[in-house]
Amino acid sequence: MTQKTVLNETHRRLGARMVDFGGWDMPLHYGSQIEEHHAVRRDSGMFDVSHMCAVDVAGPDARTFLLRLVANNVDKLKEPGKALYGAMLNETGGVVDDLIVYFIGENRYRLVINAGTAEKDLAWMAARIAEWKLDTACIPRRDRVIIAVQGPNAKTRVWQALPEARAATEALKPFHAIDVGEYFIATTGYTGEAGFEITLPATRAEEFWNRLLDAGVRPAGLGARDTLRLEAGMNLYGQDMDETVSPLDAGLAWTVDLIGPRDGQDFVGKAALLAHPQGKQFLGLLLAEGGVLRAHQKVITAHGEGEITSGTFSPTLQQSIALARLPLPTAVGETAKVEIRGKPVVVKIVKPCFVRNGKALI
Amino acid sequence: MNIPADLKYTKSHEWVRLETDGTLTVGITDHAQELLGDLVFVELPEIGQEFAAEQEAAVVESVKAASDVYAPVAGAVTAVNASLPESPEAINQDAYAAWLFRLKPANAADLDALLDAAAYAACAEE
Repeated sequence: MTQKTVLNETHRRLGARMVDFGGWDMPLHYGSQIEEHHAVRRDSGMFDVSHMCAVDVAGPDARTFLLRLVANNVDKLKEPGKALYGAMLNETGGVVDDLIVYFIGENRYRLVINAGTAEKDLAWMAARIAEWKLDTACIPRRDRVIIAVQGPNAKTRVWQALPEARAATEALKPFHAIDVGEYFIATTGYTGEAGFEITLPATRAEEFWNRLLDAGVRPAGLGARDTLRLEAGMNLYGQDMDETVSPLDAGLAWTVDLIGPRDGQDFVGKAALLAHPQGKQFLGLLLAEGGVLRAHQKVITAHGEGEITSGTFSPTLQQSIALARLPLPTAVGETAKVEIRGKPVVVKIVKPCFVRNGKALI
Repeated sequence: MNIPADLKYTKSHEWVRLETDGTLTVGITDHAQELLGDLVFVELPEIGQEFAAEQEAAVVESVKAASDVYAPVAGAVTAVNASLPESPEAINQDAYAAWLFRLKPANAADLDALLDAAAYAACAEE
C-alpha cells in the first residue's frame, strides 16, 4: 500500500505527475522538471519532502546512543540548533542510511532519515538501544511534514509567507535550525542553493504550502530534486551507497570521524572501516557529446573498471553528468570511456560537485 | 489524451502520417512524451538507412530514461528533422509537429496494419 503525505491532494490539484518513491506516492514534476530545476537555481522552488521521517531522540542516554550509532561524531554539535550530516553503518561498515542530526538541547536530538529506509532504520535503532541497554527513545514524528524551500530567493519568499520567522532566521548560519513557534526552520537542503527545510505540524501543511505558492515559490518534484542534488554532488541513498558500500568508497569519508573522542565508545562499523580502508574513488563524470549517462553503466579508466552510481542530464550545464565509483588511482583531469547503448563515449573525470549557488563549477 | 484522428499509430507509441508523395513521417506520440518527461537528447538515423519493421531507428532520451523509436514499417529514410537534436524539448511542446524522420515504405500496403486513433487510444489506456 503506497503511503501519501498530507499534501497529496494539493499536488494533484497542481497537476503533478505522481510516482512511487520509496513506498510513497510523490510528485515527479508539475509539468516540466527542467523548468522546476531552473526555478530553484534562479529564484525559488519548494519540495514536499514529508516522505522523509523526522525522528526525535530523547532520554538520559540520547547522546551516548548517537555517539555509538552514527559514524560522524555528534559531539561536534556544541551549541543547540547545530546540524550534522552523517551515516549509520552496519557491522561490516556498509551504510544503513544517511541522515541529518539536529542538536536540540542536552540529550535531545532530531534526526531526519530517508523515506524508503525509515521502517528499517527505526527497527535498527530500537535494536541498538536494546542491545546497549540505554535509556533513550526514538519517536518518529509522522505528525509533522517537511517542506524544503530552496533557491537564491527562497529565504525572502519564506519570510513573506511567514513574517514572524524573519528575525529568528535572518542570521542563521548554514546547517543550523531554530524553532519559530510550531515551525522548525533549518538552513539545510539538497540542492546546492540557499534556503530552508521547514518541519511543521501536518495540520498546517496545506495553508503554509499555499502561502508559499502565493509568495511566488514554484512547486518542484522529485525529478528536479534529483538533478539538483546530482549537480550539487550530493549522494542519494540506495543509489550512490547502500548496506554493501563503505562510506569511504562513496565519497563520504568527510562524514566519518575515526579519531574524535566519544567517551571511550566506538561507533558501529568502525572496526570494519579500520580493517578495510578506502578501496574506490568517488568522482564526477562529464560527457561532452550528446547522450545521457545512467546509473550502472560501466566506466573504463586507465586503472581498471568503475561504475556510474547516478547519472542524469544537467539542466544548468546542458550536458550529462554522473557520479561514479572508480579505481583508487583514478585522478581528476583524466578521461575514461562509458558505453552508452553499445557505443563508447569519452567522459572527463572531475570533482563530484558540478554546480553551487547557481554557478557552474566545471 | 491527445491522439489526432488523421494519423496512424504503433503499439510502441510512434505516430505515422502518410504524405502526398507516399512517404511516411514518424514521430512519438503525445502520450509517449508525457510518459518520458522533459526530453534532452535525440539521435536520428542517417538518410538512406534502411530498416525492417519494428527495428530501432532513432533514440529519444529524457532526463528520466532513454527510449528507442522503431520504424513502423519496413523502409528507407528519406529525410530527418535536423533541427530536433538542437531542441529536443520541441517534442514536449508539440509531439505531432516535432517529427523525427521520414520513411519510404518498402510496401505501401504495410500502412494498413498500423493502428488507427481509436485502437491506439485503447492501447495507450492499458
